[in-house]
Amino acid sequence: MGWEIDPILVALVLVNLLLLGASRLAACVRLVAVQGVLLGVLALLVQVGWSPWRAVLLAGGSILLKGIVFPRLMWKALRGAEIRREMEPYVGYTLSVLLGLGMLGLTVWVGGRLTLPVPAASHLLVPVALFTTLTGLFLIVARKKAITQVLGYLVLENGIVTFGIALSHEAPLSVELGVLLDVFVAVLVMGIIIHNIREDFDHIDADRLVSLKD
Amino acid sequence: MLLLVLLLPTVAGLAAFLVRADRTRRTLLVGTALGHLALVAAMWARPPAPAWNRWLDLDAVGLLFLSVTSLLFTVASFYAVGYLKREGHQAHRDFEEGRVFSDAPEARFVGCLLLFLASMTLVTVTQHLGLLWVAVEATTLASAPLISFHRHHRSLEATWKYLLICSVGIALALLGTFFVAVAAARPGGESASMLLADLMAEADLLQPGWLRAGFILLLVGYGTKMGLAPLHTWLPDAHAEAPSVASALLSGALLNCAFVGILRGQQLLGSAGLAAFGRDLLVVLGLVSMTFAAVFVIRQADFKRLLAYSSVEHMGIMALGVGLGGAATFGALLHAVNHSVVKGMLFMVSGNLLAAYRTKSTLAVRGAVRALPVSGVLWLVGLFAITGSPPFGTFLSELTILKGALDAGRWWVAAGYLALLGAVFAGMGRIMVRMAQGEPGEGVAVGQHEAWSAVLPAVVLLGLALLLGLWIPRGLAELLGAAGQVVGGAAWRV
Repeated sequence: MGWEIDPILVALVLVNLLLLGASRLAACVRLVAVQGVLLGVLALLVQVGWSPWRAVLLAGGSILLKGIVFPRLMWKALRGAEIRREMEPYVGYTLSVLLGLGMLGLTVWVGGRLTLPVPAASHLLVPVALFTTLTGLFLIVARKKAITQVLGYLVLENGIVTFGIALSHEAPLSVELGVLLDVFVAVLVMGIIIHNIREDFDHIDADRLVSLKD
Repeated sequence: MLLLVLLLPTVAGLAAFLVRADRTRRTLLVGTALGHLALVAAMWARPPAPAWNRWLDLDAVGLLFLSVTSLLFTVASFYAVGYLKREGHQAHRDFEEGRVFSDAPEARFVGCLLLFLASMTLVTVTQHLGLLWVAVEATTLASAPLISFHRHHRSLEATWKYLLICSVGIALALLGTFFVAVAAARPGGESASMLLADLMAEADLLQPGWLRAGFILLLVGYGTKMGLAPLHTWLPDAHAEAPSVASALLSGALLNCAFVGILRGQQLLGSAGLAAFGRDLLVVLGLVSMTFAAVFVIRQADFKRLLAYSSVEHMGIMALGVGLGGAATFGALLHAVNHSVVKGMLFMVSGNLLAAYRTKSTLAVRGAVRALPVSGVLWLVGLFAITGSPPFGTFLSELTILKGALDAGRWWVAAGYLALLGAVFAGMGRIMVRMAQGEPGEGVAVGQHEAWSAVLPAVVLLGLALLLGLWIPRGLAELLGAAGQVVGGAAWRV
């Protein structure tokens, strides 16, 4: 059934590359929301054959949280902080995209060498999952705004969840729901902290949080 | 019974958010802690039945760490009540920068403390790798609001670092959990269970490559949370900026819980015949952590950071002990108990020093013994207890780990271990003795009266540390032996 989900996987890769090149925060939030919805659809397509209820529940939860609730929280934080302007990243956008392409090549190579004991729904699934995970890590490290780091964390989590979908036979439903819940609370708590940081400092640049050191 | 021990702090924690009256809320905190401790004590007498399809099942490792957590939490809850009373509800002046800040609502602090206990309880009682992950992540989320209790920018910065670094680490642990699931998957495609017992029963069928990769990710993920260097960077900030009672729990209980995650991974490797792979990694990480701690302890200018780096050191010692195997595994588990008790006590005393001197600077604090007759002496005695001097329990456990290294014929590891212990002793000793000696400076009264709630919990913990050095109760020795065998050490008795 690779032909069904391959377009979605390709779309995930495109979203990652766009995220690496996006400078406007609102666009980043929107892209991460799109990624969340794609992930929900992916879960639905991969799992619906053998466990419809579970697939619908998880896909619904994922789309609701990552496609609607998180973006709203983020937008609220953005509006509150009144920042729409371009970010000033540690790594420039063009270079980020080029590095992204490099990571993509690397993950395809690694994905080809990793043999899954169970046949995956698509041979693209593992490389895409790893690429998304790496993109998330890269965003956390290479961007300055606290809010982009939260977005990076979400992308990282999306990558890992994609990997989980690749082997969805293994993790029972309650654990997946637990994961979803934890991510939800994490974003909520991070949102509150961002709110407090803004009130205290009038900025949400994580690189200016540097008073604690040895 | 397992459900009860989970539900009690959860329900109490949620209720604490709603309670308006301070008195009621504080009574709820202490009452829940005592109830939790009583339930855990009952589990010593009669092992509880598994629950939720064996997802919750208490083995020796779980009981050991659950007991330590529960005991420390109970003692800390008395300290917390006194602390909250003294703190009051008014705004405070920041010691370091003179700005005025307010505290977060007390209901949130107490509620999060109890939810923190609930999540740590879940870590220790679960046998399911997925649920373990959920529980460890929950400990991060429940404890983050504790760190930002004082609402100033340094505590926010510490909380932000804590959340981000630990969340990324924990995300990698989730990937590791998935890798273990891949290792366990059958070609037929039937669903493999993520219960430890099931995984270990068919350990010889696990794919070694995926299992190794999974263990590395688990080690990195939970190691971040445990404070193993070089992934410890959140730890000194969080421990230094959190209120002292929260620091005591972070250091004495939370780090242990992350250690449980690593032990579960090692347990799995052991049953698959790959124990040596995990042990070598643990030895390296252990020695690296001790080195980082030794470097940062010497010339440390902040006494709460000093204690935090000492925690990095002790986590390194525990990882090293499990890595060496044999008798050292027993030593590492005993060391976890000793470290929790002593470090909890030291953080409480550091809170008293902070309240009296209104600074965290190691240079500005002088004459603690004269200014605070009880806390000052506790600080000085605590130095010897934490650095592994006889007759305290840490001496016994560190000696056991040394013996394990010598038994295994790993002379270089033993020599490095001793040298690093010596370096940390010298570094901490110089700073802490200087703080205790001499005359207190201007503005600090001599012979201050201290509230019982500020010193009695610390005295109790120090007494336990001394007791563990002189005599290990038979029940505890048996439990340590059983836990050691679970994670692949040899059975060994004191």
